[in-house]
Amino acid sequence: MEQAPEAEVTLETTVDSHFVPRPFRVQRTKRETHDVFTLELKAEEGPPLSFRPGQFNMAYVHGTGEVPISISGNPAEPETLIHTVRAVGGVTMAMKHAHRGDLLGIRGPYGSAWPIDEAVGSDLIIVAGGIGLAPLRPVIYEALKRRQQFGKLVLLYGTREPDDIIFPKDLEEWRSRFDFHVFVTVDRALGSWKGHVGVVTSLLQKASFDPANALAMVCGPEVMMRFTALELLKLGVDPGQIFFSMERNMKCGIGLCGHCQYGPYFVCREGPVFPYTRLKQLLSIREI
Amino acid sequence: METLQPILAQHPFFKDLQPEYLELITGCASNVRFDADAYMFHEGEEAHHFYLLRAGTVALEVPTPDRGPMTVQTLGEGELIGWSWLVPPYTWHFDARVMELTRAIALDATCLRKKCEADHSLGYELLKRLTVMMEQRLQATRLQLLDVYGTST
Amino acid sequence: MIRIDSHTLGALIGLLRKDGFRVLGPTVRDHAVVYDEIRSFEDLPIGWTDEQNNASYKLIPTEGKSLFAFAVGPHSWKQFLFPSECSLVRSHRSNGSMELRGAQEPLPTPLAFFGVRPCELHAIAIQDRVFLEGPFADPWYKSVREKLFIVAAQCTHPGGTCFCTSMNTGPRATQGFDLALTELSGGSYLVEAGSQRGSEMLTRIPWRAAETAELEEAERLLSTAAASMGRTLETEGLQQSLYANLSHPRWDVVGRRCLSCANCTLVCPTCFCSTVSDGSDLTNTDAHRTRTWDSCFTADFSYIHGGSVRPSTKSRYRQWMTHKLATWVDQFGTFGCVGCGRCITWCPVGIDITEEARLIREQAPQAKPTS
Repeated sequence: MEQAPEAEVTLETTVDSHFVPRPFRVQRTKRETHDVFTLELKAEEGPPLSFRPGQFNMAYVHGTGEVPISISGNPAEPETLIHTVRAVGGVTMAMKHAHRGDLLGIRGPYGSAWPIDEAVGSDLIIVAGGIGLAPLRPVIYEALKRRQQFGKLVLLYGTREPDDIIFPKDLEEWRSRFDFHVFVTVDRALGSWKGHVGVVTSLLQKASFDPANALAMVCGPEVMMRFTALELLKLGVDPGQIFFSMERNMKCGIGLCGHCQYGPYFVCREGPVFPYTRLKQLLSIREI
Repeated sequence: METLQPILAQHPFFKDLQPEYLELITGCASNVRFDADAYMFHEGEEAHHFYLLRAGTVALEVPTPDRGPMTVQTLGEGELIGWSWLVPPYTWHFDARVMELTRAIALDATCLRKKCEADHSLGYELLKRLTVMMEQRLQATRLQLLDVYGTST
Repeated sequence: MIRIDSHTLGALIGLLRKDGFRVLGPTVRDHAVVYDEIRSFEDLPIGWTDEQNNASYKLIPTEGKSLFAFAVGPHSWKQFLFPSECSLVRSHRSNGSMELRGAQEPLPTPLAFFGVRPCELHAIAIQDRVFLEGPFADPWYKSVREKLFIVAAQCTHPGGTCFCTSMNTGPRATQGFDLALTELSGGSYLVEAGSQRGSEMLTRIPWRAAETAELEEAERLLSTAAASMGRTLETEGLQQSLYANLSHPRWDVVGRRCLSCANCTLVCPTCFCSTVSDGSDLTNTDAHRTRTWDSCFTADFSYIHGGSVRPSTKSRYRQWMTHKLATWVDQFGTFGCVGCGRCITWCPVGIDITEEARLIREQAPQAKPTS
């Protein structure tokens, strides 16, 4: 019995499937530190990318690969998509050498957002470590826009050395406000540094806020986030009011490749922002 | 006559300390101030005092030949500088540079050591508090040592 | 319930092919029963049976003409719905523009799976949840799945490593198929329809109603099968037990045996992890991204800058097993394991997931969860 000839039907997936990136053009590049840079992008066609603070995109470099990068811009100004990136591998190195006019592929936004609405009526404590300030900058912009909805607004930012400080202009501007308490520290410095030296958790003593009515958003290396949570708990902040942004290997960003699993959670789907109550047990288990 | 006792009582380091011990300690206390850019002490010098900071900021520095002084920690209001006065040979391990006008209570090391030898419960109270502070410093130092913000290749 | 003979079964295959389906089913190749295209009745594994145990698979010829007297082999049906390699994106760069397009993967002619065991029906349903019911669906999977015609085979010959009864996935299937066969002795097959399409197919083949004796034989075969499982797995409290024992010393033991060869994830009918690779032509004008199967056992599966989160084999084995038997429940509402036993048979060092689970529970240093 003859088999009918194979039907020549092809399936072409579209951008709507979230398998295919959209082209975005580099408008501006800015060096932040020796290995951190910021890219400002605009969609080549179609609507700007609207996002909520804490979300990330999968950024594609033609022929090289795709990596998850948090969005670091202002959610109220989505026409310019901003990503602050650390050059650590092939794709991010390629992005570091991008020029104005180059094109990147963007898929997103994905993931959970910082719970800014939950912080309304409370003191909002933002603790950032190193490049962790980048995923927090959008929520800072939004909190400043809605400033009157919160009690105290505090930013504690720690990084390695003074040269590693990112967004110095933003920090200066925020510091000059009377309704925003900004503290910056470094792990070590040359004598010319006039600021604080010590771990970021030591800044918690300086920032006077009401722990019983505070919500903390923490982002940075996992070690730093763990110790920050411990200090916050010691001060009396409720564990359900502490939020981390977690990071894991991602290949798809949409919950299908399985790489970003952290216990039962897909960091790209239930995260990257998690309440501490969900993480507490997982954080204490090695190699999970 | 006004003594420094009420001021000492207010400092976080002596929180909840029994008045009789406070009185003993006050006997060794004096009020001091340092101008900006002055050095409170240098590495290697004998530790005659330790200091409870009331206001201002002090940087603990390690001098290096190639990169100049490196700051490992800054301390401010409510904090304590120095436990070298308790550990023979009682010499400082860091430089302490004043970053802005600083007011502090200086506690005479010889005076306190004598009183602690005479009254061990006083010594125990002091050590209990110092241990907590040292644990915090050690913890923080280890975190700084981990260099968590550094890139690993 | 109706009854047909093997000749009619062959005709059924022919009808499916005539309707434009590509029929995939069991066939013997390389000393194993694998899944491949079935062009005619003769391609089926006639008269074969098997013996399976830890790290052991043996195909044995018999004198009879049975079609399904063996348990599942190293292949699963996932390779047809979730191909081991497929193209995702094409990017064309020229004159300051970048054209990004979805891959043009040719859709196969509609597929018909012939001889799907009940455990495998569950495996397909489990993968449906992963690829179709999340916030983002796989369009290719959806397209192929929608047209899929399933002829199930009730399982009358479970294997030495089977434990479908423990997982509630067999040996009988009651839904998820278009047609279901039960092989009786003497070349008779009972057939039931499970869908409109299945019922329509039955109108095109000769059949008679099943006799009581035949129905009774089917019942006997299925209850005997249910009582002949090679393994058991206690699922009551299993998830909690694993969550409470993530530091159990047993993980060290199995971690030393495991080679992290990824065989288990390859043969497992529900494993869905994938990775992507990017490449381009020599001038970097046309780039492409391809998706391939991946395994949580690979060293860089969990790599983030600086190193892997799970550098040790032990932690990767724990990840796989706790995903299958614990976290999958939180993620998708069911266990990820269907009790097919493939991972036990095809593990080169014979690690047995049921044994590991049992030992962790029996030798539990702590019976209660810590939080």
